[in-house]
Amino acid sequence: MLPVPVPRDIPLPLPADGFYLEPLLIVAFIAHILFVNLTVGGAVYVFLLQLWSRRRPDYAVLARAVAQTLTVNKSMAVVLGVAPLLLINVLYTVHFYTANALTGMAWIALVPVIAGAFVLLYVHKYTWVRLAHRPRLHLAIAGVAVALLLFVPLVFLANVSLMMMPERWSSVAGLWDAVWLPAVLPRYFHFMSASLILTSLFGVGYFGREKFVQQAGFETLTAPNIRRFFYRIAFGTSLGQYVIGPTILLTLPADGLNTAVLATVLIGAVISLAPISMMWLELKEPLAHRTRLLEISVLLTATVLCMAMGRHAYRKIRLAPHQRAIANATEQWNSDSSQAAFNARLRSELEASGRSVGQPIFEANCMACHARDERLIGPPLTEIANIYAGNPDGIVTWAMAPGKKREGFPQMPPFEVLGKEKLRHVADYILQTAAHK
Amino acid sequence: MDFPVFHLDWLNNRGLIAIIAILHVVINHAMAVGGIPLIAYLERRGVRATDGTQAQQWDRLAFRMLAIFFFVTTTVGALTGVGIWLSAGLVNPYAIGSLIRVFFWAWFTEWIVFVTEVVLILAYYLSWKKWVGTKKVSHVKLGFGLALASWLTMAIIVAILSFMMDPGSWGTDRTLLSGFLNPLYLPQLAFRTPVAMVMAGAFGLVVTAFVTPRRSEIQAAALRAIGGWMLAWMPLCLVGGYWYATRVPVAMKAQLPVALLTQQLAQWSHGAITVLVGAVVAIGLIALWARLAPRTLPRVVLLVPALLAILLLGTFERVREFTRKPYAIPGYLYSNGFRKADYPILQRDGVLAHATYTRVRQITSDNEVEAGREVFNLTCTRCHTVDGINGIRAVVANMYGNQPWSVSALDAYIGMMHNARPYMPPFPGNGPERKALATYLVYLQNHADTFNGAQRDGVMVLPRPRRLADGTLIIAQ
Repeated sequence: MLPVPVPRDIPLPLPADGFYLEPLLIVAFIAHILFVNLTVGGAVYVFLLQLWSRRRPDYAVLARAVAQTLTVNKSMAVVLGVAPLLLINVLYTVHFYTANALTGMAWIALVPVIAGAFVLLYVHKYTWVRLAHRPRLHLAIAGVAVALLLFVPLVFLANVSLMMMPERWSSVAGLWDAVWLPAVLPRYFHFMSASLILTSLFGVGYFGREKFVQQAGFETLTAPNIRRFFYRIAFGTSLGQYVIGPTILLTLPADGLNTAVLATVLIGAVISLAPISMMWLELKEPLAHRTRLLEISVLLTATVLCMAMGRHAYRKIRLAPHQRAIANATEQWNSDSSQAAFNARLRSELEASGRSVGQPIFEANCMACHARDERLIGPPLTEIANIYAGNPDGIVTWAMAPGKKREGFPQMPPFEVLGKEKLRHVADYILQTAAHK
Repeated sequence: MDFPVFHLDWLNNRGLIAIIAILHVVINHAMAVGGIPLIAYLERRGVRATDGTQAQQWDRLAFRMLAIFFFVTTTVGALTGVGIWLSAGLVNPYAIGSLIRVFFWAWFTEWIVFVTEVVLILAYYLSWKKWVGTKKVSHVKLGFGLALASWLTMAIIVAILSFMMDPGSWGTDRTLLSGFLNPLYLPQLAFRTPVAMVMAGAFGLVVTAFVTPRRSEIQAAALRAIGGWMLAWMPLCLVGGYWYATRVPVAMKAQLPVALLTQQLAQWSHGAITVLVGAVVAIGLIALWARLAPRTLPRVVLLVPALLAILLLGTFERVREFTRKPYAIPGYLYSNGFRKADYPILQRDGVLAHATYTRVRQITSDNEVEAGREVFNLTCTRCHTVDGINGIRAVVANMYGNQPWSVSALDAYIGMMHNARPYMPPFPGNGPERKALATYLVYLQNHADTFNGAQRDGVMVLPRPRRLADGTLIIAQ
C-alpha cells in the first residue's frame, strides 16, 4: 500500500486560535447553506411548477413568484459563502487545496457554471411575458439553469469529502473519482432533500400568506391549498431523510465517529421528530395553518445546528492524527531548513575568510592526534594524503569505522557521530592541507 | 511541492487567473466602484430636474443603467471575484495560502463589507420603483451609501494587491497592520479610485447610446453629463497614476539591487506610462466631445472609451503582475511557489528528495529524462507550459535555435538564469537536478510531451527520505 501523504503546512501562524475560528466556521457555514438551499430548491420548484402548469395554470403564477425570490437568495448564497471559504482555507489549508487541485477542472468550472446558471435564471425571469408564446423554450431555459445548479453541490461535496480522506489522495484524479468516495452520493441526496424541505417551508411562510394569494391573482389556488402543497412535499421529503441520514453514517469511514459525534447527530435526529410531527398535524387540518411554522423553523434550525456540529466534529476527529503528522512534519522541515540555511551561510563565510569548512571540525575533533608533518598519536596528514590522494571518500569510510592498520599505533576511535557530510569536509581539508605549505 | 500540481498546458495557469481576474476587475471598477456613484448621480439629476418629463427620463436612464450593471455584477462579476480565489488556490496555493494567513482579518472585514454591499445593491435595485415621491431622496442616499460600500471593498483588497508588490516592513515584523500599510497602498488606491470613476463614465456612454432614443433631448443631456463626470475625474487619474508610477520602481529597486532588473523595470514603467497616458488622453478627448457637442458624436466613437479603458486596466494589471516577479510575495515567496528561506536545504538535498508528491525520488543514470520531467513539473510549471502560452520549447528554441541543444549549456544557463533574466527565480534544486532538467529540455527538442496536471493524472506518493542523527539523508529505493 502507498504511504498516506503528509505534506508540510504553510509555516505562518493562524490568524486566531481554532477555538474561536471553528464556531465561526459552523455558524457562517449554516448561514451560507441556508441560502444555497433556498436557491437550489427554489430553482427546482420554478422548473417543476412551470412544468406542471400545463395541467394547472395557477402553478405558472406560483412559479413566477418563486423565481422572483431567487434574485435575492442566490446573491446572498454567494456572498455568504465567502466567510466559510475563508475559514476553511485557514483551518484546513493543506486538506482543502489538495482536494481542490485533485478535482481541479470541476473546481474551476464552478465559476462559469454558477455564473451561467444565474444568467439563465435572470433571462428566464425577464422573458416570462416575452416568451409566453414559446413555453417549451422558456421552460428549457429554466431546465438548463437547474441542471447547472444541480452539478454544483456535487463538486463541493466531492471536495469536502476528499479533503478529509488523505489516504485516498493518491487514488483520485478528477471529480468522477472523488464522487465515488464513501458517503459522497448519500450526502448529495441529503443536501438536495434539505433544499426541498427548506424551500417548501419558506413556501408555506411566504406564498401561503393570504395577502400574497390575493395579490397574485390565482384562478383556483387558495392560501390553504398552497400551504398544504408545500407542507406535503416538506413532510414527505423529511421522512426520506431518516433513510438517507443513517446511510451516510453507515457509509462514512468509522474512524471519525465517536460517542460525542454520534450523540450530537442523534440528538439532532430526535429533535427533528417534533417539527415533522407538527407538519403532519398541519396536514391533518383542512386549513394547514402557518401557526406552527415558527416552532417548526426553530426546531429544524436546532437540528441543522446539531448536524453541522456533528459533521464538523467528525472531520476534526478523523483528521486529527493527520493534522498532528502535518504539524510535526512542518516543524521538522522548518528546523531542517533553517539548519541548512545556517550551514550554507557558515560555509560561505568561512570560504570568504579563506578557511575551509573542514578546518574547525578538524581542529575540534582530530587535531589532538594528527598534525601535518609529525606523528602525534596517529599518523601525520602527509602520510594520510599519500594513501588517499584523490579519494577523500576513502578517508570518510575509514573514519566512520577505522580498523587496525599500523603496529605500535593505538586503534583510532570511530567518528561516525560526525556524519558523512562533516567527515567529507574534514577529508577535503586534510588533502588540501597536506598538499600546500 | 506540498500540494498536487494543478496544471493547464495550453492556456497556462497564469492565463487562467488573468482571464478571470481581468474580467472581474473591469466589471468591478466600471459597474460597481465607479458605476454605482455614477448611477446615483444620474438619479439625482432626475430628482433635481424641474420639468416632470425630464425628471422621468433621467430616472428611466439611471434605472436601465442600474439594471444592466446589476445583471452583470451579480452574475459574472460576483462569480469571477470568487473565481480569482479559486484559481489562485489551484495555481499557487502557497501564495494565496500565505496571503490568507496574513490578511485573514482584512478579508474577514472585507466579507462584512461585501455582505453590506450585496444587501444594499439588492435594496437599491429592488426598491427603485417602490421608493417614489417623497422617498426618492432617501433612495438617492441609499445609492450613495452603496457606492461607499463598493469603494470600501476595493480599498481593502488594494492593500493586499500592493502588499504583493512590496510588503514593506512586514518582511521583519510579520503583522497584519504592517502588511496592510505597505508603501504602495495609498498610491495604488489613489490611482484606482478615479480610474474606476472614469471607466464607469466610459461604460455609461455606451449604455446611454443604446437605451435612450437616438438624438433625443435626454440622450444629449446624458452624454453631456457623463462627459463632464469623466472630465472631472480625469485629472485625479493622472495625479494618482503619476504618484503610483513613480513609487513602483522605487519599491522594486529597494528589494532587488540588480542593475538589469532596474533597467527592465524602467522600460516597463516607461512603456506603461506611455500606454496609460495615451489611453487617458484619447478617453479625455472623447469625453470632451461628449461634453461640448453630444449630438455630433457617432455611436461607434462612444464605444472607444470603454474599449480603451479595458485595455488601460488590462495593461495596468499586467504590469503590476510583471513587476512582482521573480516573487509572489517579495523577499518571502518566489513565483514558482518556493519560499526563499527554503532554498539552502533544497539546493543541497534537491527538490525531488523533499517533495510530498513526486514520481521520482532519486536520480540515476537511467531515469534522467523522467527525473528532469518531474523537476520541470515541480519547479517550472507555475509559469511555463511545454507548448502552450509561455511554452518552454519556444523559450529554449529562442535562445539556441535549431541546432542540437546542449545539456551542459542548458545546465549552466539554469544555474545563473536569475542573473541574466531578473524576473526568473533562482533554480531551487541541486546540481544533479539541474542536469536532469537540462537533459529533459534537450529531450523536448525532438519529443512531444504534455503535462495533464494532478487534476487528470493524479499524484504519486513515495516514501520520504529518512534523516539520520548526523543530518545525512537516506533515500529508500
